This record gives sequence, C-alpha cells and structure tokens, in this order.
Amino acid sequence: MEIVVCVKQVVDTEAEKKLLAPDWRLDRQSVENVLNPYDEYAVEEAVRLKEAHGGEVTVLCMGPEDAQSAVRKALAMGADRALMVTDPALAGSDTQGTALALSGALAGLTYDLVILGIMSTDAQTGQLPSALGDILDLPVLTALNMMKFEDGSLTVHRQTDQGYVAYGCGLPAVCSVVKGINEPRYPSLKGIMGAKKKPLETKDLAELGVDTARVGGAGALTKVLSTTAPPPRKAGQKIEDDGTAAQRIVEFLAGEKII
Amino acid sequence: MDLSLSDEQRDIMRMTREFTDARIAPRAREWDREHSIPPEVFAELGGLGLWGVCVPEEYGGAGADYLSFIIVLEELSRGDAGLGVTVAVNTSLATLPILDFGTEAQKREWVPRLAGGEVIGAYALTEPGAGSDAASITTTARRDGDGYRLNGAKQFVTNAGIAGVFIVMARTGEAGGGSKGITAFIVDATTEGFTLGREEEKLGINSSSTRGLTFDDAWVPDSAVLGSEGDGFGIAMATLDGGRIGIAAQAVGIAQAAMETAVAYSKDRWQFGHPIAEFQAVRFKLADMDRDIDAARLLTYRAAWLKMMGRPVTAAGAKAKLFASEMARRHTAEAVQVLGGYGYTKEFPAERFYRDAKITEIYEGTSEVQRIVISRELLGG
Repeated sequence: MEIVVCVKQVVDTEAEKKLLAPDWRLDRQSVENVLNPYDEYAVEEAVRLKEAHGGEVTVLCMGPEDAQSAVRKALAMGADRALMVTDPALAGSDTQGTALALSGALAGLTYDLVILGIMSTDAQTGQLPSALGDILDLPVLTALNMMKFEDGSLTVHRQTDQGYVAYGCGLPAVCSVVKGINEPRYPSLKGIMGAKKKPLETKDLAELGVDTARVGGAGALTKVLSTTAPPPRKAGQKIEDDGTAAQRIVEFLAGEKII
Repeated sequence: MDLSLSDEQRDIMRMTREFTDARIAPRAREWDREHSIPPEVFAELGGLGLWGVCVPEEYGGAGADYLSFIIVLEELSRGDAGLGVTVAVNTSLATLPILDFGTEAQKREWVPRLAGGEVIGAYALTEPGAGSDAASITTTARRDGDGYRLNGAKQFVTNAGIAGVFIVMARTGEAGGGSKGITAFIVDATTEGFTLGREEEKLGINSSSTRGLTFDDAWVPDSAVLGSEGDGFGIAMATLDGGRIGIAAQAVGIAQAAMETAVAYSKDRWQFGHPIAEFQAVRFKLADMDRDIDAARLLTYRAAWLKMMGRPVTAAGAKAKLFASEMARRHTAEAVQVLGGYGYTKEFPAERFYRDAKITEIYEGTSEVQRIVISRELLGG
C-alpha cells in the first residue's frame, strides 16, 4: 500500500503567537517551529498501515526550506521518503491555493491513500482534506479515529457525540485523522540518525506545473481583513465569608443557571 | 567557531525532551519515594536507543556523536537525575571502556546488549578504604588456572542492584603497589562468589541503585581481563575523564529543572499584590541561575566536543564537572528559596532537585579531586 502523508510545519503550540500586519500572517521567524501535532497522528497511522501491509510512506510538505525539520521528524518516525513543495510564490496561500499546490505534487506520485491530520494548529481551518479530495475527485473521509485496510478496501470510523459511524470506500482516497486514533511514537535515535539518509526531494511550482497566479497571496480566494485578540477576562467576584458565604455562592450559581 | 547544534543533535534533544516531559518527569517524585524505576521504563529507553546513544551502529548503538549523548544525559536528568546517572554509568563507565579497551570478542559479547538496555552496566572502583585515593584499592585478583580469583569488597557502586555486568578494578600486582599492578575485569553478575550488599540509603538520586559488592573467591576467566594485566588504573582514570562530562551534564539538567520550577512558581505566586517574579530580589536570583546554567552547559559542551575531536579532555572535563556541580548545588538551594515554604515540602520538586544536586559534587571525583586535576594541568606536578 502506497501512502502519502501531508504535513505542515507550525509554530510550537506552547509559543506565544503573533500575527504581523499588513496581511496578518503568523510570525514564524522568532519562535520554535514544529511538526503540526495533529499531523503526528497521520504519520503514525500511515507508518502503522505500512508496517501491516507493506509499501512505502511518502511525506508531502508545502513550506519554506526551513520546514525540513518537520519533514525530518516524520521521516524519523518511519516514513520512507519526502517531497517538499517550496516556492516563494506560495507565501500567503489560502486553503484552495495549498490544495492546488499539493494536488500538483500528488500528480507525480503513486498512492493508494492520502492521510492528513484533522487540521493545523495554526490556521485551524480543517478544509484541506476536502479541498484536496475535490481537486483530485477522490472519496474524502474526515475526522477518523479508526482506519482498517482489509481485502483491498478501507473501513474507517468517524467519532460522533453519540458513538461512531463506520464508512467504507475504495482506493485511492483522502482521509483526515483525529487525535486519539493512535499514540504517535517518539522517533527513536536510529530513526533520527537515519532520517537524513532518506530521499528528500524539493520541487517548485514550475516543476509541478502549477499556475503561480492561482496560489499565494495574489491567487487567494479569501483574505484576512483583521485580527482581534479575545477581550480580557473580567475579574471574578470575591465572596468574603461572614457566615453567609455558602448561601451567597449557591445563589450565584443558581443565578448563572449552573445549578 | 560555530556554536549551533547539528540537525541530528537538535532532533535528539527535542525527542528526549518530549519523552522526558511526558514519561519521566511526571513520575520522578514516585520513583524518588519508591527508591526504584520500573523495568518497563528501561525497556522504553531501549526502544528509543537511549542506552547506547554514542555507541556505533555495528555494535547495536544509535551511532550518534558524543555530544548527542551528553545532551541526552542533560535532558533525562532534567526529568529524573537518578535515571540520568543510571544511563550515564551504563554508557560512560561500562560500555565505552569495553569499546575503547576491549577485544573484538568482548565488544561483540557485551556492547550490543548494553547499548540496547538488555543488560545494564556498572563500574566498581571505590572501596570502603579507597575513595579519592583510588590507587589504594585492596581487592585482589590472583592467578588461578586459566583465570583469576577475585577477593575483596567494593562500595557505592551505582547501578549495582540492576546491573548484569561490572567493570571491576582489582590488584593483580603486589599489595601496596599503588597505581601499578591494578587490572580491569569485565565481571558477569552471575559469577559464583560474587554477591551484592544492601541498598544504600541516600540523600538523593533515590531512584538509582547504589550497593556494595563482595568477591569471595570469585573466579573469572582470562577473557574477562579488559586491556592488559596491570593497565587497570590507567583504564579506570581514562574512563572517569569521560564520565565526568556526563556528570556535568547531569548537574546542568538538575539545575535547569530547578530554574524552570522556580520561574513557573514565581509567575504564579502573588504576594504584596504582585507575582513575586516582579520583585527584583527574585528576578535577580533567576537571572543568576540562567547565567550560570548557560556557562556550565557551555563548559560541558566544550568538553564533549574536545572528546569528539580526540583532543585531551582531562582538565576540560574536570572544569565542566567542578563548575556545573557546584553551580547545581547552589542554584537548586536558591530554587527552594524562591518557592519558600512550599519549596521545602515534597509537594513541589524543588527539594528533590536540591537533594539530587549534592551528589554531583562527590561522585566520579569530588570537587576537591577536580581541583587537583585542574591545578596539576595548570602548575604541573
């Protein structure tokens, strides 16, 4: 089974994020960048499917050259090769632009499955799997917490509030997975040492035959108008105990319809 | 001059830190109380390749460089200093001497298992009557058939209770021969006549095992001799030259953990209407910690780099260990001070860092011995 995992480099979740004017792009220079934590589940699932059914896992990443460190982690976890799509024209791409570039890269790859994380922790749109499936005209199954490949077909579970729904489809297909589908492994030292020896190819848009006018800030179909920080939390109400505190707390909770 | 880490070194640091934060640090308090580390943790370290970081791939190691190993020791010690020294001793004091001085057969027999964590290694030099004066050891090894009979006692052997193999220094020459006539042996823990003493009750690094050894006519074959007969003292000292860099890294890791605890606490703790992190008395303590940890880490990295380059490392390692260990003892005490009454309780990890830091000034050469080493290099004699 040939699997492509799409990964993104994001700003470390622990870091304080800053959006920079004029176009409100995330400041990626002054902070630690990591493999998108949701993508770790996608990489793990792909590697497990490969370990069970054979084949190879290719990591596909759109991003600047510096995003190689995120790609290296996926390789250290057990992926076999990587393709990076790097082009200055891609800066400022929205979901459609990203999907266009990635589908251009996928056209040159052999795959039965494309697996993605549910979303990136920075943009958090969660649209990419659907946009990709749309361009590629493939079945799309999102938010999966179980994937099983048996007798040539794929069975998956999507978690809902009430339980789960089982779906099946033929291949190839595009899937996104949620946190909890597996426990991503820590890359072993052997994995880390071996990652650099695995093939890593970089291609620009011209090599992929993607129209630069349709990607990047210029080709984006949507535009960020402004960003607003959440309002600061109001100070809490303090109740000093003069013997009636319990009563007043109960009244407060009842007033808020909490009890 | 380039002070940046390589991609591999950074990736190894990141992985070890993530692993430590998730799997080690949250359990360190329990291990400190229980005086042990569950065996499944050792297996987990084995799966990640952390027992044999700088061991060549052909002998079952990860094949990373020596600085990567030092970085791993710092990160593990940041989570639990007892686990840090367990790994440090296994690699620095048992695996590397076999790689450096062993025959091909000895390397094939022991190193893959040591690097994979299937067998844990220990190092036995210190005796009840021979600490800093290591050349005065009295454990003997007398020729007997195709081997030697060992008699005597070793003390304060780190990893003793969990080790499958020991590097043991014993006297093959005349009694009172000083550094001459000492031979290093690779002793299998199942050797007849070899017994373990009781677990020492210690101030800190409680998760690690420390016991004495007794040899009562314990027979080992010629193939157990590491290096040549009579070379033991040189092997023991060369091994400690490297081991000290690992202890420096352990001290840096403990101090780093203490600083992180103090920083987090100082931002959360309000007194006089402000987080105490806003008070200069606290800010300056934390600034001093940061400065000294940085300095200790740089000395430690430099010593590791010299070792990787194959350059003399005796004095550089002694400087790193001396500075890092004294720094760790001082600043872990300051971290307790930042936490005040809470720092003195076992609800917070500061007191554990304080207890754990002290040993770094004692083992693998006391601070006084490090000063002997440094001054000998400076002044001769």
